[in-house]
Amino acid sequence: MRLSKKVRDGMSSLLKIIDLHVSVEDKPILHGVSLEIRQGEIHALMGPNGSGKSTLAYTLVGHPKYEITSGSIEVDGTPLNELDPCERARKGLFLAFQYPVTIPGVKVSDFLRHAVTNVRNPERKDGESLMPMREFRKELKQKMEELGMDTEFARRYLNEGFSGGEKKRMEILQLAMLQPKFAILDETDSGLDSDAVRVVSEGVRKLSGPQMGVLIITHHERLLEYNVPQFTHVMLAGKIVETGDAALAHELHNHGYAQIRERHPVEAAEEQSRQNRPETVGVATAVAK
Amino acid sequence: MTTPWSTASFEDFLASRNEPAWLTDRRRQAFAAYQELLKKPLDPEEFKRIDLRALRPDKFALVPSGDAVPLSTLMANRADFGGTVSHIDGKAVASQLRPELAAKGVIFGSWETVLATRPEILQALERAVPADTDRFSAWHTAFCTGGTVLFVPRNVQVDVPLYSLIGLATNGAADLSHTLVVLEEGASATLLEETASLDPSHTGLHVGAVELLVAPRAVLRYVQLQNWSEKVWHLAHQAGRVANDASLQWTVGGLGAKVAHIHQDIHLDGKGAAAEVNGVTFSTDKQIHSYYTQQGHHAPNTRSDLLYKDVIRDRARIIWRGMIQVDVDAQKTDGYQRNDALMLSDACRADLIPGLEIEADDVRCTHGATAGRVDEEQLFYCMCRGISRSEAMHVIVEGFFQRVYDRIPVELVRETLSQAVQRKLGIDG
Ligand SMILES: Nc1ncnc2c1ncn2[C@@H]1O[C@H](COP(=O)(O)OP(=O)(O)OP(=O)(O)O)[C@@H](O)[C@H]1O
Ligand SMILES: [Mg+2]
Repeated sequence: MRLSKKVRDGMSSLLKIIDLHVSVEDKPILHGVSLEIRQGEIHALMGPNGSGKSTLAYTLVGHPKYEITSGSIEVDGTPLNELDPCERARKGLFLAFQYPVTIPGVKVSDFLRHAVTNVRNPERKDGESLMPMREFRKELKQKMEELGMDTEFARRYLNEGFSGGEKKRMEILQLAMLQPKFAILDETDSGLDSDAVRVVSEGVRKLSGPQMGVLIITHHERLLEYNVPQFTHVMLAGKIVETGDAALAHELHNHGYAQIRERHPVEAAEEQSRQNRPETVGVATAVAK
Repeated sequence: MTTPWSTASFEDFLASRNEPAWLTDRRRQAFAAYQELLKKPLDPEEFKRIDLRALRPDKFALVPSGDAVPLSTLMANRADFGGTVSHIDGKAVASQLRPELAAKGVIFGSWETVLATRPEILQALERAVPADTDRFSAWHTAFCTGGTVLFVPRNVQVDVPLYSLIGLATNGAADLSHTLVVLEEGASATLLEETASLDPSHTGLHVGAVELLVAPRAVLRYVQLQNWSEKVWHLAHQAGRVANDASLQWTVGGLGAKVAHIHQDIHLDGKGAAAEVNGVTFSTDKQIHSYYTQQGHHAPNTRSDLLYKDVIRDRARIIWRGMIQVDVDAQKTDGYQRNDALMLSDACRADLIPGLEIEADDVRCTHGATAGRVDEEQLFYCMCRGISRSEAMHVIVEGFFQRVYDRIPVELVRETLSQAVQRKLGIDG
């Protein structure tokens, strides 16, 4: 088992999410989420569309639109709530985006050189020199080869004209280069063909280990087959309503969320009422027809 | 009253020049035109968005001597040029050309030397920028102090870049310099030019002109980096004429000056002529950078492709009025123009106005302009990777210019522009 005893006994870092309430544009989305992820652990987060999984992911890394109305996020007892995304990244948090952003004209290698330099020297000030080019290039090339990526990608502009699958792979490359303490993978396995799912799943398996805590947000099973979670959490209407082991993930795949909704009628009703909010009435009626 | 630009001053200026009669005649005509044009309003289409009321011509004057003072420049000494020509305060102070290029008949030097040795080359003056275009071209032609001349004879290829420096060293000096490039049939050359000031606190005035004459099948690359101090007025007519099957690649960098207005004309005169225009501008503080660009398609099968990228910050302004004109017989024209501005502050302003005037019916012309702010999602993404907000701004701004850099084949120019941008970003970024 990869989870070594030593890691469990306090050498490892702990990411603690305590009763987190989050609003977007004054609209409450998360209603008290608590979760503890240790370095070395793999957690799966599942839940129907719109239940708040990405919201949790964005909140953890500090997206300015997602306002924490109460509760807190801590790493080893240090609260992160007031830190900006850059400071959180330098503390070892990483999000593989569900929808990676394109940065026109910025070469993958230049972008990553800035990123790696900063994450590895958290105290670095702007303008201080970047990681030496040769050393960086060598490392990048090696990581790209390990992930089976064409090294030509290093010279392309970040995500510009990339296919969906290429963008996801680029997220994994960044994960490989930055080696965070805690990685959140938001649907890194969706939009990929089955070969790419395998490549990404294997990539994550190679990268994770005792030094990385992973939160895998997914609707599919494959990524979890390669990276078996010790914990599976189910989110419904902005709350984690159940936590189990890998078997729970398997059950959800086979049976969907109907049983979850039955077991948690309050949240299911909340989910219903969210869908009937004025701003989404149009969508709801269209579906009803 | 004698002011620096009065009739009496003009006569004194002529007396000091010792030039051939044909040139003196041209100057007299230009001076007469200048006085007439001063009475008329400037073309509103070109000037209505730019406020020139604070320009006081009489606060600037030609200065008697130019010394070879060491200016801090962006490009000088950074490469092994085929030749260099330097002007300070309108006077030629240094000139040099590799002997093997001179042996091929290449001429690269100041007006004075060309007038003394090959005066007929200067007969080409005003072919691209007629004196009577407006008050600035007339003023320039009347009082022009000279400038850099490049002449490349038929079928001669100049493979190493040539370098020209236009400097201002005296506080309050006026620079009325003229750059003339004449490429004969089948010739090719690359000329890199920059403007620089000795002292950032000096005021100055540039009323300049650039004429690029590209004969059939010739290939010219011309770069001008405007990097005056931020107290200099820069008013320039810059125009290129491209003959059949010739090509002109023209890159402008707008970094310095208090107010810069450039009237940039491309004339595609011959069948199959092509021009590519690249612009990189970065305006900060209260700088105003204004461009009036015209891509004139006067012959069939001509191509023009203009791409400007502007970054503006603080209270700065970028103004661009672009036009693609296609004459009635310029069929199969392929014209493109695009200008994108990236705004880094709330108080900056961009006015970008593309335009088409098409008289032919079988053409393809596209144009576009955008002005936007740095995308918050891009910033967030960078920050999620440990890059600070201000460093992310730098990265994104560099990326914004990259598409223009990608079109510039001369590495020195790409590097120079990128470093100049970095430096400007660093000031209070
Ligand atoms: N930036 C935003 N602006 C407005 N509403 C938002 C924003 N982000 C999330 N929401 C809303 O919050 C709710 C939860 O969305 P979220 O993206 O977190 O769901 P999810 O669980 O990741 O869904 P999926 O499985 O479809 O990715 C949704 O109702 C969504 O519309
Ligand atoms: Mg999501």
